[in-house]
Amino acid sequence: MAVSTDAQATEQARPRTGNELLIVEDLKKHFPVTRGIIFQKEIASVKAVDGVSFSVREGETLGVVGESGCGKSTMARCVMRLLEPTGGQIIFDGRDITKLSRAAMRPIRREMMMIFQDPYASLNPRKRVGFIVAEALEVHKMGTDAETKRRVQELLEVVGLNPEHYNRFPHEFSGGQRQRIGVARALAVNPKLIVCDEPVSALDVSVQAQILNLLKDLQRDFGLTYVFIAHDLNVVRHISDRVMVMYLGQVSELADRVTLYREPKHPYTGALLSAVPIPDPVKGRERKPVVLEGDVPSPLNPPSACRFHPRCPRFREGHCDVEEPPLYPMGDGHLAKCHYPLEHWPLTEEEFRQPGRQAVAT
Amino acid sequence: MALLDVRDLKTYFKTDDGIVKAVDGVTFSIEKGRTLGIVGESGSGKSVTCLTIMGLNAKRNTITTGEALFKEQDLLGMGMRRLRQIRGNDIAMIFQDPMTSLNPVHKIGNQLTEAVLLHQDVTKKQARARALELLKAVGIPRAERRVDDYPHQFSGGMRQRVMIAMALINDPDLLIADEPTTALDVTTQAQILNLMNKLQEEFGSAIIIITHDLGVVAETADDVLVMYAAEVVEQGPVNQIFSRPHMPYTWGLLGSLPRLDAETERLVQITGQPPSLLRPPSGCRFHPRCPYVMDVCKQTDPPLKPVTGDIDHYAACHLDEETKDREATKLLAGMVAEARTG
Ligand SMILES: Nc1ncnc2c1ncn2[C@@H]1O[C@H](COP(=O)(O)OP(=O)(O)O)[C@@H](O)[C@H]1O
Ligand SMILES: Nc1ncnc2c1ncn2[C@@H]1O[C@H](COP(=O)(O)OP(=O)(O)O)[C@@H](O)[C@H]1O
Ligand SMILES: [Mg+2]
Ligand SMILES: [Mg+2]
Repeated sequence: MAVSTDAQATEQARPRTGNELLIVEDLKKHFPVTRGIIFQKEIASVKAVDGVSFSVREGETLGVVGESGCGKSTMARCVMRLLEPTGGQIIFDGRDITKLSRAAMRPIRREMMMIFQDPYASLNPRKRVGFIVAEALEVHKMGTDAETKRRVQELLEVVGLNPEHYNRFPHEFSGGQRQRIGVARALAVNPKLIVCDEPVSALDVSVQAQILNLLKDLQRDFGLTYVFIAHDLNVVRHISDRVMVMYLGQVSELADRVTLYREPKHPYTGALLSAVPIPDPVKGRERKPVVLEGDVPSPLNPPSACRFHPRCPRFREGHCDVEEPPLYPMGDGHLAKCHYPLEHWPLTEEEFRQPGRQAVAT
Repeated sequence: MALLDVRDLKTYFKTDDGIVKAVDGVTFSIEKGRTLGIVGESGSGKSVTCLTIMGLNAKRNTITTGEALFKEQDLLGMGMRRLRQIRGNDIAMIFQDPMTSLNPVHKIGNQLTEAVLLHQDVTKKQARARALELLKAVGIPRAERRVDDYPHQFSGGMRQRVMIAMALINDPDLLIADEPTTALDVTTQAQILNLMNKLQEEFGSAIIIITHDLGVVAETADDVLVMYAAEVVEQGPVNQIFSRPHMPYTWGLLGSLPRLDAETERLVQITGQPPSLLRPPSGCRFHPRCPYVMDVCKQTDPPLKPVTGDIDHYAACHLDEETKDREATKLLAGMVAEARTG
């Protein structure tokens, strides 16, 4: 049997349909760790993102989950070209934007916007809301003053804020309202893609529900495409069409939403799913979490071969710590980076530890 | 007699803007070996309730009334010295941020040893042995080697474990955990909740767990207190709260939750935001956000009334019981039906 390379397997498993708005190939971002004050010497690097490939189709939501530090934000910032990637390719709307100059990026910037976790930190506290939202329009020189004001008030209304609050400052709004301002600002320029980095993580559940509903409505009304990052598996399942699971700077699993939650293949995904508390005293107490040993290792010195191997209940010595698994195709575009994917779901603890068949690359 | 009996607790803060009624008449009790979950959105008074019981509010601009009887002694009227003896010995507290209870400049082992020596008549050697035992019990790998590390040398999850070790080192009768896992990733959260559960079985402590995560409450608590705007709006045994919730705010909390065991196209959302505690709304404090609001709700604050047919289940709402049962059934049926198709 010929073992294909990671790239080949990926290529086969992800037939292009032609309507991808965003294609990310083998994206890498390594942060240098330096020593010395005058002559900085690079002594190591934090491999925050280390070979991530995925695509997002027009009009869909790709959810991205993973524990803190696995590289979600870094990936997002590279895609937005807010950070320079160390390697790889970013193709947006059919155009390779990886190396575009600032000037060449400018018209593209209005097509991809970002929403952040902390709406307060991302809004200028000394500027009025009207100005904050209008800023995006002005940067891109869209329309006259009167048109701008009308457009801003329209946007405030679209996101569920009172258009008369045009002249207020960010601190006069609650957390949920500020997140709405962030959404209005992102929408101002009619973007095609919005990258949402933990947009509801800091909000209470009732306000979180308001924002999630709003994002869904806007997607329907304006045909938006989302990359939606969160660490809450419930939220990601609710909002996404497809879901990508990251671990230590890499993709460990990618599948459509229903498949990922119903038939996870990667042991890490299984562990994550089994750890989510269920708001039901009967079902919740029957839940048997797969308890992982220890903490997530440092991306400074990631473990050899499969990065999950030191914590994996299915770890096979001499294989998982020697040979890095490719993203094996599991059918229907489902990919899992594991030599011993889960046979079915849920599994008993015994079954979890005792892998059956090995994955096949082709 | 309950281990802790809190009666009509009120905590008011005097501020430049006026009086913030952070806790406004909270009553509950907890028995040995039981777990009480306190849920509610941020700002509803969960933390202040517990800080008040522990005597940890700044004295100067705080007005506290009511009673907090711990083993029949009122913690609120107690002298500082006696209170300090109880804190860290009979009652221990863990916080969301472990660094609030760990001293960054002292070695972990020394801090734990100090805590033992402060409350128990043992030798230094015995105290250190106890420290090591607890670090092992909370699952610190290679505890013998890590005992002389400083807090910053531990990861977030490990620090949380150390804080739990610190809280449990004197076998407290009551452990108060304020959002103990909110800052942690789910796999670490699973480890910590597992640990608290095991330790409770072993030591028989009572636990008060504050959280905004209804999943955590459903899985850990025996009894639940739902707080809204400084008041208790519903309380009862966990099964009853989740199978027959009787207050529109509780429905909102349950409905607004995306969950793995149910398929929901659109989440139920509670409109608006929690009110200011400087000038809380008249009548029922939830009325401006309540889809079932009636005239009476705007005028009269509903008292906590027993829910007919249930034991120890109370709800504060003017709606008639028939309507409440019907609406609760509808909400839950929707979630169950979705779980089947999902
Ligand atoms: N500017 C930076 N310099 C060095 N390391 C960084 C920098 N930004 C992020 N990192 C590291 O990269 C890893 C990934 O971080 P991040 O992308 O923020 O993860 P996530 O968003 O998934 O929590 C972490 O280990 C983080 O400490
Ligand atoms: N020292 C204080 N002075 C004035 N107001 C306070 C003080 N501590 C808390 N509060 C207010 O009391 C209310 C309840 O706070 P808290 O108990 O921390 O809420 P929760 O823990 O439910 O999120 C909030 O409105 C908070 O702003
Ligand atoms: Mg992040
Ligand atoms: Mg709190």
